[in-house]
Amino acid sequence: MPKTEVRSTDYANAPINENLSKEERVKLLREMMRIRRFEQIALKFYNAGKMGGFLHLYIGQESVAVGTVSLMGDNDHVITAYRDHGHALAVGMGMNECMAELYGKATGCSKGKGGSMHYFAPDKNYWGGHGIVAGQTPLGLGLAYGIKYKGLKGAALCFLGDGAVNQGVVYESLNMASLFDLPVIYVIENNKYSMGTSLERSSVIDKCLAQRAEAFKVDWALANGEDVYEVRAVTQQALERAYEKSRPTVLEFQTYRYYGHSVADAKHKGGYRKEEEIERYKKQHDPIVIFKNRLLAEKAITEEQFEAIEAEVKAEADESARFAEESPYPTVESIYDDVYFEVDRQTEAGRTGRFFFNN
Amino acid sequence: MALIEYRDALNQAFAEEIERDPNVVLIGEEVAQYDGAYKVTRGLWKKYGDKRVMDTPISEAAFIGMGVGASMLGLRPVIELMFWSFATVAYDQIINNAGQIRYMSGGLINCPIVIRGPANGGTNVGATHSHTPENWLGAIPGLKVVSAATPYDAKGLMKAAIRDNDPVMFMENTLLYGNRGEVPEEEYIIPLGVADLKREGSDVSLIAHGRAVLTALKAAEILASEHNIQADVLDLRSIRPLDEEAILKTVRKTHRAVLVDENKPFCGVSAQISATIMEQAFDDLDAPVARVCSLDAPAIYSPAVEPLQLPTPERVIEKVLKLA
Ligand SMILES: Cc1ncc(C[n+]2csc(CCOP(=O)(O)OP(=O)(O)O)c2C)c(N)n1
Ligand SMILES: [Mg+2]
Repeated sequence: MPKTEVRSTDYANAPINENLSKEERVKLLREMMRIRRFEQIALKFYNAGKMGGFLHLYIGQESVAVGTVSLMGDNDHVITAYRDHGHALAVGMGMNECMAELYGKATGCSKGKGGSMHYFAPDKNYWGGHGIVAGQTPLGLGLAYGIKYKGLKGAALCFLGDGAVNQGVVYESLNMASLFDLPVIYVIENNKYSMGTSLERSSVIDKCLAQRAEAFKVDWALANGEDVYEVRAVTQQALERAYEKSRPTVLEFQTYRYYGHSVADAKHKGGYRKEEEIERYKKQHDPIVIFKNRLLAEKAITEEQFEAIEAEVKAEADESARFAEESPYPTVESIYDDVYFEVDRQTEAGRTGRFFFNN
Repeated sequence: MALIEYRDALNQAFAEEIERDPNVVLIGEEVAQYDGAYKVTRGLWKKYGDKRVMDTPISEAAFIGMGVGASMLGLRPVIELMFWSFATVAYDQIINNAGQIRYMSGGLINCPIVIRGPANGGTNVGATHSHTPENWLGAIPGLKVVSAATPYDAKGLMKAAIRDNDPVMFMENTLLYGNRGEVPEEEYIIPLGVADLKREGSDVSLIAHGRAVLTALKAAEILASEHNIQADVLDLRSIRPLDEEAILKTVRKTHRAVLVDENKPFCGVSAQISATIMEQAFDDLDAPVARVCSLDAPAIYSPAVEPLQLPTPERVIEKVLKLA
């Protein structure tokens, strides 16, 4: 992989993309549309008071999760931060359990215990959903270590933001990844802001953030995250490096979030960024629009088909809200479940000694 | 007296101390240009500029360590953790450095730093964001720990914390930031280590800190109006140093104590208070000390359930009635 800014003419011709069937291409688009619609419905009901806490929307960044995750095989794993709905749906988690989690319902993916920032689905190789900035980065290293230890050919995709790169543990992890030849791929989703702080105000940059990997002799690439073909092409090279050489990679995808840091972030329009900037990204860089136009040009999809998908994903998202609404809340007693394996299973270890101390 | 928000009471304390002492500097994520994630520092960057109010990258270990190092040279950094829950990322700097440097240098080095931010559950942000670490930190000799329940206390305690020559861990609460209370125009300081009797009664002592004080006060009202039980409500305000005298005084008066504590029970602040009462006022007790703590599990997200994980007035009343 060239250690310079990747700017190719057309990633549609990359081997990983050119052999895609029509259906597979349409599926990529559909997945992005599912994520967007899910979050739009989530936002609507968040604003209606159905949810608590924070809601960090991924809208605008869908191509990154969908492109990277679309390449995952059985031994590849994913871990990310709190802006986690996109990755969750991309790995195949259902809208129902994801929406119910936001509502804090017992039918949620984490039984209403984790909330928006803490989705998990180990059965889909999806390890969260982490609320502490960069907390997931050494865990991603651990997934890679586990994959290698077990003798499997796989990789850990560990997502982080452009703000998270300034936590020290990221560099401890990179050093170890390189030192021990671990198949981890750090995916920096550079949406240009960490809360209200622009990239320039938080990071010293030479070429880009991913370039910091050079200090650890780790390969890296900077790519345009708005093009799902490009995301896939670049990620594929990193995966091959992981599979064949058990070497880490740092990828940086340029992307953009349309909404505030969380829904509570009132200053994102006209505060730390200009409204025109947001509009420009929506008009010129929207990953769904770009890919739709691409597929229209490729004749992989028609306008009617696109509209049919729109209707389907909207129905699916609406249904998830209905499911969430009708689901029960966890009971107060269930607060004590899921704290300890041994207690939940009432094993001997779980029956020995006192575990909980309220009188 | 002006009726102002808890956040603005803190804001006034910062502004006054920035003006009073050129060594005071506010540091943290989003504290300057964004006015603070919870608007506690709003307007201060505009007024005092980059030198006195400084935004940082998301690097808690580095900027708290930086504050500790700078405090060794006599600066008085006031460092915001967006949530106290994020202190886990900077534990070495807080505990090993701020907490131990004076001792290990045989008293040669001081660390006049304030580390502050919200430390509470109850806002449905999940277990990673809902820790109440006053007990973790109170367990470290070398650190001081303060917890303010009202705007008045927040301002007076913050000013004392900034002027204090030891590291002070200041616990605020996102659920209290918008509460209004009376704060005098003239300057005042509340010394660390002095509790405040927020309500006077004779039948039972409710002892609490932080938001649990408000829970205790609500319970006390209902106990008075519906059960004819008059409760003392003692607000500790400072966890370490601890006003043991005030604790013993109220217990010797009412002979019954119910401790209300948003910590989890195991080694929660109330566990220490309970030991204090047992060790020093055992003969004054007419009943065992009782506690109402957060339910002993990680903080649940579910907005329908989380409020019940924290102490509620109902649970306090139930405990009191059991003692009577
Ligand atoms: C250790 C820690 N510090 C601070 C925060 C508060 N916080 C949450 S997200 C965030 C910004 C992160 O920005 P970035 O890494 O760019 O990710 P993005 O939100 O853009 O996806 C901050 C400061 C946190 N959750 N954890
Ligand atoms: Mg970002």
